[in-house]
Amino acid sequence: MSAVPASGGPPEPLAPLEYSGASQVGGPLLVVHGVEGVGWDEIARVRLPSGELRHGLVLEVSGDTAIVEVLQGTGGIDPDLVSTAFEGRPFDIPVGDGWLGRVWNGMGEPLDGGPPMLASERRTVNGSPLNPSQRDVPSDPVFTGVSVIDSLATLVRGQKLPVFSSAGLPHLQLATQIAAQANVAGENFKVVVAAMGLTHADAATMREVLESRAASGDLVLVLDTADDPVVQRVLTPRVALTIAEYLAFERDQHVLVILADMTSYCEAVREVSAARGEVPGRRAYPGYLYSDLASLYERCGRIRGHAGSVTLVPVLTMPGGDITHPVPDLTGYITEGQIVLSPDVQASGVYPPVDVLSTLSRLMRKGVGEGRTRADHMALAAQIIAALARSRAARELADLIGADALTETDRIYLDFEDAFYRDLVNQSPDEARTMPETFERAWGVISVLPERELTMMPAASIAAHYRGSLRKADGPAAETGEAPEPSGDDHG
Amino acid sequence: MSVGAATGRVVRVNGPLVEVAGLSGVAALDVVEVGPLRIPAEVVSIRDGLLTAEAFEYTGGLRVGDVAVSSLRPLSARLGPGLLGGVFDGLLRPLAEAPTWLTPGALAEHPSGASWPFAPASIDVGTVLSPGATLGTVTTGSGFVHRVLVPPDVHGALTWLAGPGATGDDDVVATVAGRAVNLWEEWPVRWPRPVRERLRPFAPLVTGQRVVDLFFPIAHGATAAVPGGFGTGKTMLLQQIVKWADVEVVVFIGCGERGNELADAMADLTALNDPATGASLRERTVVIANTSNMPVMARVASVYTGMTVAEYFRDMGYRVVVLADSTSRWAEAMREFSSRSGELPAEEGYPASLSSSLAAFYERASRVTTLGGTEGSVTLIGAISPAGGDMTEPVTSQTVRYVRCLWSLDRDLAYARHYPAVTWRHSFSLDDASIANWHATQGRSGWVEARAQALALLAEADRLSSVVELVGLGALPARERIVLLTGRLLREAILQQSAMSENDAYCSPAKQAALLDMVLSVHDKCLSLIEGGLPASAVEEIDLSTVTRARDETGPDDAEGVTRLRDEVLARMASEP
Ligand SMILES: Nc1ncnc2c1ncn2[C@@H]1O[C@H](COP(=O)(O)OP(=O)(O)O)[C@@H](O)[C@H]1O
Ligand SMILES: [Mg+2]
Repeated sequence: MSAVPASGGPPEPLAPLEYSGASQVGGPLLVVHGVEGVGWDEIARVRLPSGELRHGLVLEVSGDTAIVEVLQGTGGIDPDLVSTAFEGRPFDIPVGDGWLGRVWNGMGEPLDGGPPMLASERRTVNGSPLNPSQRDVPSDPVFTGVSVIDSLATLVRGQKLPVFSSAGLPHLQLATQIAAQANVAGENFKVVVAAMGLTHADAATMREVLESRAASGDLVLVLDTADDPVVQRVLTPRVALTIAEYLAFERDQHVLVILADMTSYCEAVREVSAARGEVPGRRAYPGYLYSDLASLYERCGRIRGHAGSVTLVPVLTMPGGDITHPVPDLTGYITEGQIVLSPDVQASGVYPPVDVLSTLSRLMRKGVGEGRTRADHMALAAQIIAALARSRAARELADLIGADALTETDRIYLDFEDAFYRDLVNQSPDEARTMPETFERAWGVISVLPERELTMMPAASIAAHYRGSLRKADGPAAETGEAPEPSGDDHG
Repeated sequence: MSVGAATGRVVRVNGPLVEVAGLSGVAALDVVEVGPLRIPAEVVSIRDGLLTAEAFEYTGGLRVGDVAVSSLRPLSARLGPGLLGGVFDGLLRPLAEAPTWLTPGALAEHPSGASWPFAPASIDVGTVLSPGATLGTVTTGSGFVHRVLVPPDVHGALTWLAGPGATGDDDVVATVAGRAVNLWEEWPVRWPRPVRERLRPFAPLVTGQRVVDLFFPIAHGATAAVPGGFGTGKTMLLQQIVKWADVEVVVFIGCGERGNELADAMADLTALNDPATGASLRERTVVIANTSNMPVMARVASVYTGMTVAEYFRDMGYRVVVLADSTSRWAEAMREFSSRSGELPAEEGYPASLSSSLAAFYERASRVTTLGGTEGSVTLIGAISPAGGDMTEPVTSQTVRYVRCLWSLDRDLAYARHYPAVTWRHSFSLDDASIANWHATQGRSGWVEARAQALALLAEADRLSSVVELVGLGALPARERIVLLTGRLLREAILQQSAMSENDAYCSPAKQAALLDMVLSVHDKCLSLIEGGLPASAVEEIDLSTVTRARDETGPDDAEGVTRLRDEVLARMASEP
């Protein structure tokens, strides 16, 4: 009866039986008695008297009882009139190029008025763990066109680098900007955006900004809005990652996956867990949240002998700005660094409001340097970060015991910090900066410091790029902030 | 393996929790195989004929009514000469030959049919052998001498011993007391392998990491815990120890952590050579990789499997270090399962057995006289990932009670890029006294005093910096200002150590002592300068960058180089007005 060919996996039952009636409905759960031969985690088709079809997943089988989680919720289901069939295979989706350039909902159904995705190949949305001994070490950059990221927290192909944000900050704007601009300098590149729990207004903005990239067939948008059923939200990133894995490892593409907002995703997981009556853990999130998040985040990487890669940028809002909250905490334990957005930087009018000192790309060292970005990149980044640490200390000291206590050098560091935010970090949400331009700006900023302060820079780099001590706020470094000079389009 | 075993039926599946009825002759902790893919599952309880088991693979598609068979044994590791240099999952199934995507059933238990050059010991047939006696050796490609021992439960006369030559994995190499002894043996991973006698830890395990070796040293056969929030450097510190520890065998357990960093670590180990043997460091290392996206229940197995492998090499008379990154993921896996099986939760949802499980695991570290009468040791170092960085959470607070060393990682230090971010405030070593004795026997009798003085200066500098935040530096007397200066030197010249630097990644004990001596000599010199009337502000202006750069500008074992730099600095200071 199942119209869809199975893609390997467990054999299908001979003929999916329909079981009529349910002993219990409520929240996302439906309990069916008298079943036989139902496997754990397989798909159920739930039919209402109106003919409406819903999908469900088997959460537990015990004796002749199956507990089914209905993706669209159980609203409107009369336990006496519902009928359920089990398909004998896990939740899967067709794979192919047909996803590109289109907008889909969290279950992979079209949202753009186009035809449904059809392909003979199917993959289960949970994927399979990648054999760790087959992984290749991530070692090439992805350029986001966002100066502060490209210069100080370079994203590396195969890396997972989250954005930690707080309510009211422009993390969605930043995520959309990265989705619109990111590239790998001419190689095959695709973007898959999974939006979870977005408001309709945010979703509309996102679709608008990404329109041109979608039109060129390089982007897939999987859109789950705040009013979609929570179980579907749990599926959304899995659908997106399944599409991405196919494009990367079967079609040799470098794929960037953006997952926003992971906090909405985790709340959906919590809601489903509560409906299942599970023992709650920290802040009522289930104890398996770490493993659940890892089953998403670990789906990025590179595989030996494959040209493609999956790079992951999860975006999340820290409830109450608290980095020890389970969502950022567990994410941080899995990902390879983090980009932190800060209300303080936002208050000073800088976009993107990145708190550089708590930001780190753990894999950056492998992804930059000669032949990748530029020979002086790592030392330049280390020097800027060290200088920012020093200027922050100077600012704190000035706040405590007065600016008079500062040495002349400390004061130069404060000027450096101003120049840093004004000339390097601050950029427009629709401005894509090339690497040469970003380096140009970074050197302009570091040149605010006297040469003797550049203890981490090799002499050769200083000779090639240092522009002398530009102390004044209205020096040339500032001017480039107003009118970026057009730079060549070669990426280092 | 399952020949003759009765079959039962699956009656309930909820993720990794599987219930089986109708299977008799099964003991608690035995492994049963469920479903058509014969997924291994460990029996955790038996009640009125109903077995509750935790599956080591994804159970999607497993149905009520599917067949379950007993493997008639507890979860066991196959131990033999193919382990070194290999990478395995939590059940010790080789990953190198496995497919790219690990679907259930993809991993085979048996190692590939390799053959090994067996060299018999010279023992006569008829000799009565005790457990642990050496039957022969296999020297692997890297020169490692692998001893084939009489298994712990075999005792009696040797009736046959194979001649020298190529021997397959499953070939019999000897018959003792009527029992065939293979190159490979199986051992149930949850049971510690027996020893003749436990010895007290004595000599330090040199890690080449100054903050450890100088301040919070660990002895061979002892234990250490490394708690720290994300990004504080747990993995980096453990991997430094993988590379530099003075042991013959390293077992690294990647328990519920990242795939990329394992790939990176393995590439690093392949590229580095063991100074002792000249072979690549991979060849002395067994990697157990159960990354966070691999089946959760195999994480629980992975720590026991890793420990069993370590004990196996210990029993050959080797010094072994086990690094478990991260033990929190193991504890969480236990929590996940106990909550699924409806067990009453204790603290933060962890099972009440958490504490005893941790204690029993850490107790398997030991320095011993083996059954064969030689000395061997297993040192255990476990990373802990406290939720929210909260050191009072159950895994951290319980583990700390059972370990001999604590290396606490501090988020503020890590954010200030002070690596390794081991805080001197909340770390300890209970073996410092015995290690001090050992240093004395090596002619470094000054070790104790230098260490004590440095720790005292660090503590005083900490106290003084909080005073300075209130009143400013100018308000401090000259001597206190020098203490602050020395505190900074201790942090920058000694405690900080770059894992990325060729010169600094490893630091020999002699160079460590020389660096510490340099900082303390400079401290004394500064004090004598202020006594001579030089104002503290002038002493603070002296360029001491030679001191902070010395660790990076001299070779890993260049103690003389450090001493030369010390003399240079002291001479320059002596010429201050
Ligand atoms: N000894 C060290 N030397 C240089 N960098 C380090 C060192 N220890 C940690 N780091 C930096 O900190 C980052 C996080 O370290 P890691 O060990 O992965 O943290 P954890 O395992 O605690 O999450 C590394 O990617 C590296 O950039
Ligand atoms: Mg780690």
